[in-house]
Amino acid sequence: MKTDRLWALLFAFSAIFATGSFIYSRNNADWWLLPNVSSMGREIDHLFIIILVITGVVFIATQIVLCYAIWTFADAPGRKAHYVHGQMKLEVIWTIIPASILVFLALYQMGTWSKIKFRSSLPKVQPVAEVTGRQFQWMFRYAGDDRRLHTDDDILTINDFHFVMGEPTIIHLKSQDVLHSFFLPQFRIKQDAVPGLTIPVWFDSDTAGKFELVCAELCGWGHYKMRGNVTVHANQVDFEAWLKKTKTEQDRDQLALVNAVNGG
Amino acid sequence: MSDHAHLADHGHDDHIHPEPTNFLAKYVFSMDHKIIGIQFLFSGLIMYAVGGALAMSVRWQLAWPWKPVPILSGLWADYGYRMPPEYYNKLFTMHATVMIFFVIIPLLTGAFGNFLIPLMIGARDMAFPKLNMYSYWAMWPAIVLMSLSFFTPGGSAEAGWTSYPTLSTFRWSTPGSLDGQTLWLMALLFAGVSSLMGSINYITTIIMLRAPGMKMFRMPMTVWAMFITALLQAFALPVLTAALIMQLLDRTIGTNFFAPANWMVANAGNVVGGGQTLLFQHLFWFYSHPAVYIMILPGMGMVSDILSTFSRKPLFGYKPMVFSISAIAGLGFIVWGHHMFQSGMNPALGATFMLSTMMIALPSAIKTFNWLGTMWGGRIQFTTAMLNAIGFVAMFVIGGLSGIFMAATPVDMHIHDTYFIVGHIHYVLFGGSVFAIFAGISYWFPKIFGRMMNDRLGKIHFALSFIFFNGTFFLMHIIGMHGHPRRIADPTVYEFLRGSGVVGMNQFMTINAMLLGLTQLFFIYNFFHSLFFGPKAPANPWHANTLEWACPSPPPYYNFLKIPTVYRMAYEYSADEVAPLDYWPQDQPGKSDTAEVHSGAH
Repeated sequence: MKTDRLWALLFAFSAIFATGSFIYSRNNADWWLLPNVSSMGREIDHLFIIILVITGVVFIATQIVLCYAIWTFADAPGRKAHYVHGQMKLEVIWTIIPASILVFLALYQMGTWSKIKFRSSLPKVQPVAEVTGRQFQWMFRYAGDDRRLHTDDDILTINDFHFVMGEPTIIHLKSQDVLHSFFLPQFRIKQDAVPGLTIPVWFDSDTAGKFELVCAELCGWGHYKMRGNVTVHANQVDFEAWLKKTKTEQDRDQLALVNAVNGG
Repeated sequence: MSDHAHLADHGHDDHIHPEPTNFLAKYVFSMDHKIIGIQFLFSGLIMYAVGGALAMSVRWQLAWPWKPVPILSGLWADYGYRMPPEYYNKLFTMHATVMIFFVIIPLLTGAFGNFLIPLMIGARDMAFPKLNMYSYWAMWPAIVLMSLSFFTPGGSAEAGWTSYPTLSTFRWSTPGSLDGQTLWLMALLFAGVSSLMGSINYITTIIMLRAPGMKMFRMPMTVWAMFITALLQAFALPVLTAALIMQLLDRTIGTNFFAPANWMVANAGNVVGGGQTLLFQHLFWFYSHPAVYIMILPGMGMVSDILSTFSRKPLFGYKPMVFSISAIAGLGFIVWGHHMFQSGMNPALGATFMLSTMMIALPSAIKTFNWLGTMWGGRIQFTTAMLNAIGFVAMFVIGGLSGIFMAATPVDMHIHDTYFIVGHIHYVLFGGSVFAIFAGISYWFPKIFGRMMNDRLGKIHFALSFIFFNGTFFLMHIIGMHGHPRRIADPTVYEFLRGSGVVGMNQFMTINAMLLGLTQLFFIYNFFHSLFFGPKAPANPWHANTLEWACPSPPPYYNFLKIPTVYRMAYEYSADEVAPLDYWPQDQPGKSDTAEVHSGAH
């Protein structure tokens, strides 16, 4: 039937919808990549966009070929199919070109990947906190005045993470029960917290402000609400002040508790 | 069994087994590969409806969190008709489990593999008919155990279909990890045994029972794909089986493969001994990544055959197609680590897995180009089967390309465990596998049931499914890149997901999902109406070349009265030698073929 070639429109429609939704969402803060605040996030976004462009071009090209083929080669009276089993030259071309693009893509990622995750590229700084995932909360342990973790003057917070802008920051990530995943969408950082392992994670921020911490690995019935607040302080002084304030509150609460226990 | 091999060798007609006459032996505990294929088809389609209903409830909760779910909410009168969050976790866990282990794998390998392999290679049955029967009936304990799990205290499993310890191994970690998880593990063991028996049968049948002249490189792509899939299954499934048994032992007799020493979850008492949490992930993905190819390769094979038939043109690049399927299967065993880039696995290992994962995109690209090459210059006939096959190609391109994002380790850091990957897998498994299944059903329905399906209804079903499928799943990529995590019962907990854009997209996707579900009614009606009232099908309604079209529709118990002799491969469409006919069945000798006839048909 002659109208059969109209099927090309259906496939074209889906391709236009796909391409269009990416183009359209670019201008909508609710849809596109969240505004990035970290230095590795910039590199990750760059890699994302490169892949998006390459795959976008391949996608559009294949869909055009597909729709053109449907439109042009639809059955019609007198049409005869071209009797051909294949062509070696074409096979070689469409093997070598995608292969080189894929190898390029893989190699192009390596630098960023090793910079973010390899132990050898961890910045030489003290960890700002030990972060422990537990059903269904994030526990943060900061060092007190002695600058050492797991001593009596440690400062503990729940779902409240603070660090300083502009400085490479390390956390030691642990789990107390099941798998969790430490995900900072505005920083493009994700690392699973694994029972029995202590995993150092580093990142930084070029913006002070408040952000969100997501648990990205299914951890039980309350997984959806395992959310943390992230506060990036503009400078070390602000951070120290917050630390001091928290420490004072913590000491006061503990004192009250001790007094209560002692019947005071 | 030796009789069958004997039959294939000599093609004598007097060795045909008599057809069983009692109802049980004929239709229930049947050893006929065609009946077993139909059994797999029906149970797969029933489970497809179940899995679809589960998906609808998932989508409802995402679009309108904590609003009473239609129909289901009666279950939760005590909670003010709101779905409890653990129930949401059960829903997506069971949706994935049902769709993967009870729908796609059984439909593609169980239904089509069983029905088509013997017919397409010119055999009278599978090499091991009894094993074939067991393989179907091993599915039922799995289905029963899985259904029972909803009624145990704590309800069904809710640790995701990936079932990662320690969430899945500690009984008190979440309600579904009580007895529900144990039943889930046992059900999967049965499903695995079923697949394993099937795959051994397919491998043996394809190697041993090909009709005279059916050289390996004359086999249709469907058979090649089933063969490679069966090999994948046979080599990968034992690893999953081991992992499931280890988890079962951890849960029941107190071994500790998957948790560190003295570990404790939810204050429920320590375990002793020391294991490794990541070990399970390695074992699980060593099977479950190849499983992704198990779920797509048969579809690729079927689509290749359908595209060639309805383009009235030889398959473009038959051998490159065979080699790329084999390459996918081979590389499929060394890419499992890409599921674990952010898992705490050594990042150097991540870098090597990235390279192998990028490379596995290559054979998929080659296949896509060859499909386009097949259609190019053809005389395309737009049957329902062809449209679904073209839909497969169009959607598989999206699923393949979006996979590259996850293969790139740094980019994966951001999109891992977000809706980007949910979009990706649905483009592969729905856009790919499910459209292939619809293509296959439309194409082989006349052969299976001896009646034609309604083409107009089929086209309406395809067009609406295609539109609503894209409406449901494409935008997942976009909210995924925005950071929307998967597996969360209420996205609005997070500020960055509370904007009207994300909420609106979630509602848009849900509405499309509901419409996608409703569209399946066209298929159900068409399927059952045609089954009873469809016009009688001729033996070869599509003028196709493969051997199954050489026997009547539906094929008799013994398939071939005389074992056919195969003279060429399956793709001789529009060849000049047979003009004005535009097809040349594999078993029809040509002028030059007489000399080649050797053993067999005389």
